[in-house]
Amino acid sequence: MTTEPIKDWATDYDIFDPEYIKDPYPVWDELRGKCPIAHTERWGSSWMPTKHADVYAIAQDVEHFSSANPLVVPVVPPEGFEQTGDDQRFLGVGAPPISSDGYEHTWTRRLLLPPFSLKSMEKWIPVTRAHCRSLIDGFIENGRADAAADYAQQIPPYVIAKMLGIPSEMSGTFTQWVQEFLEFGLQNFAMASEARNKILTFLWQQITEKKKNPGDDLISYLVQADVDGEPVPDQHVLGTCFLLLVAGIDTTWSSIGSALWHLAQHPEDRARLVAEPELMDTGVEELLRAYAPVTMARVLTEDYEYNGCKMAAGDKVLMSFPAANRDPERFKDPDKVIIDRAENPHIAFGAGIHRCAGSNLARMEMRVALQEWLARIPDFRLEDPENVTWAGGQVRGPRSMPVVFG
Amino acid sequence: MRIKVDNDKCQGHNRCITVAQELFDLDEYGYSHEKQDGAVPKELEEKARLAVANCPERAIKIVSD
Repeated sequence: MTTEPIKDWATDYDIFDPEYIKDPYPVWDELRGKCPIAHTERWGSSWMPTKHADVYAIAQDVEHFSSANPLVVPVVPPEGFEQTGDDQRFLGVGAPPISSDGYEHTWTRRLLLPPFSLKSMEKWIPVTRAHCRSLIDGFIENGRADAAADYAQQIPPYVIAKMLGIPSEMSGTFTQWVQEFLEFGLQNFAMASEARNKILTFLWQQITEKKKNPGDDLISYLVQADVDGEPVPDQHVLGTCFLLLVAGIDTTWSSIGSALWHLAQHPEDRARLVAEPELMDTGVEELLRAYAPVTMARVLTEDYEYNGCKMAAGDKVLMSFPAANRDPERFKDPDKVIIDRAENPHIAFGAGIHRCAGSNLARMEMRVALQEWLARIPDFRLEDPENVTWAGGQVRGPRSMPVVFG
Repeated sequence: MRIKVDNDKCQGHNRCITVAQELFDLDEYGYSHEKQDGAVPKELEEKARLAVANCPERAIKIVSD
C-alpha cells in the first residue's frame, strides 16, 4: 500500500489520506474546476469522477462499468498468505445483487426489494424507536455521550439483526466484524479475509438453523423463496445475507453520525427540526445529500474512452456519489445545508439499477434516530471539534464524537 | 397537467411518493407509476412539479393534455 505524499490530487488521489477523510469537499471542488475525473495508480488504476453528470452517466452504463467488485482496493492475497479451509469453502460466495451484473442482478434484486419496500419498513419503526429510546436512557443522565459510538453505531446492527432474525445481543460482534472487513480490512487483506470467514460461518449456521425451523424473518424468507420455480441456491442466500449484514451497518451508522455532527454545530437547524417536525423528510434528504457516506466502485469491462479519459479493461471507477451531491451544476448552493430544500434529486443511494436496495431502511433509521435524539436532547454541541475521528475510504462518517448536552 | 413515469428509468428511489403520495403508486418492488391516467388536479400541480424535480433518475415527465 502506497503511503507516499500526494503529488497532485488529479493524477494521484488517495481516498485514505487522513486530511481527505476529515474534509474531502475542497478536494472535489478543486478537481471539478480543473480535472473532473481524477486518476490514481495507488490500488491499481482507478478513476474518480466528481461531477454529478459523470457519476450519473457512468452509473447508468452497466455495459462498460460492471459491479463485479464494488471495492476499489484489489482483493489480492499478500505474498505468503496461506488459504485456510474456510477461505476455500467460501471461495465463490459473492454479495448479490450488489456484486452482480445482468440477469443474476435482476433476479437477486427482485428477491430483495419487497422486504425492503417503504411499506415493509413500517413494521420496523416501533422496534427502531424503542431501541433509540433505550440507548438515550443509557446516557442522558450523564449530560454527555459519544454520539457516534454510543448512539449512531448502535442502531443499524440492532435493526438488521432483528430483521434477519438473529440474536440482537450479537450487534456489537457484527459491528466489529464489519469494521474488520470493510473499514480496517480495506488495507489489510488477512484481517478482511478472517472477518469475512467469521461472518459467513456465523450466517451459514443461521441459514442451516432457519431451514429446519423457519420463522418470520429475512433469512427464512430467503431460504423459502423460489425463483422461476427453483429454490434459491444456498450460495446466493449466504451471499445476500452477507451483503445485508455488511452493507447495512457502517453506512447508515455513518449517515446518522454525520447528521448529528452537523446538528451539533448548527443550533438554527436543530431549532427548526424541533419546532417544525414536518421538515424531517426534507431534512433527512438534505443531510443525506450533504454528507452522503458511500462511494461504490465499478470495474471497466473493456478498454473504453469516457469523456476524454482512456480507461482500460479492469480499471476501477470510484462512484463518488458524495462529490456528485455537492456539484454546483446540479445543486444550488451545494455546500449549504438547507433543511427545507424543496428540490433535492441527490444520489446518496446511487443511481441506475444498483440504487441502494436498503434506502428505505436507511431513511427510516435516520429519521427515527434524529426524531428521538432531538425530542430528548434538543440542545447539544461537540465537546471539541478537533476530537472527532472519522472513518473514510469508501464509507465516510464519524467514529468517535463526544457531545455535551444543554 | 398530466404526468408519466418512465418505467425504464424508475429505480425505486421512492422520492415521488414521499413528495406527492396522491399522484403515485408503487408496485411490490417499489417501482413507481402514476395513479390512473396521470391526470393532475389543479391543486396538486405544485406537488407534481416537486416530484419531477426530486426524482434522481429524471424518470417523471410532465406531459401536456
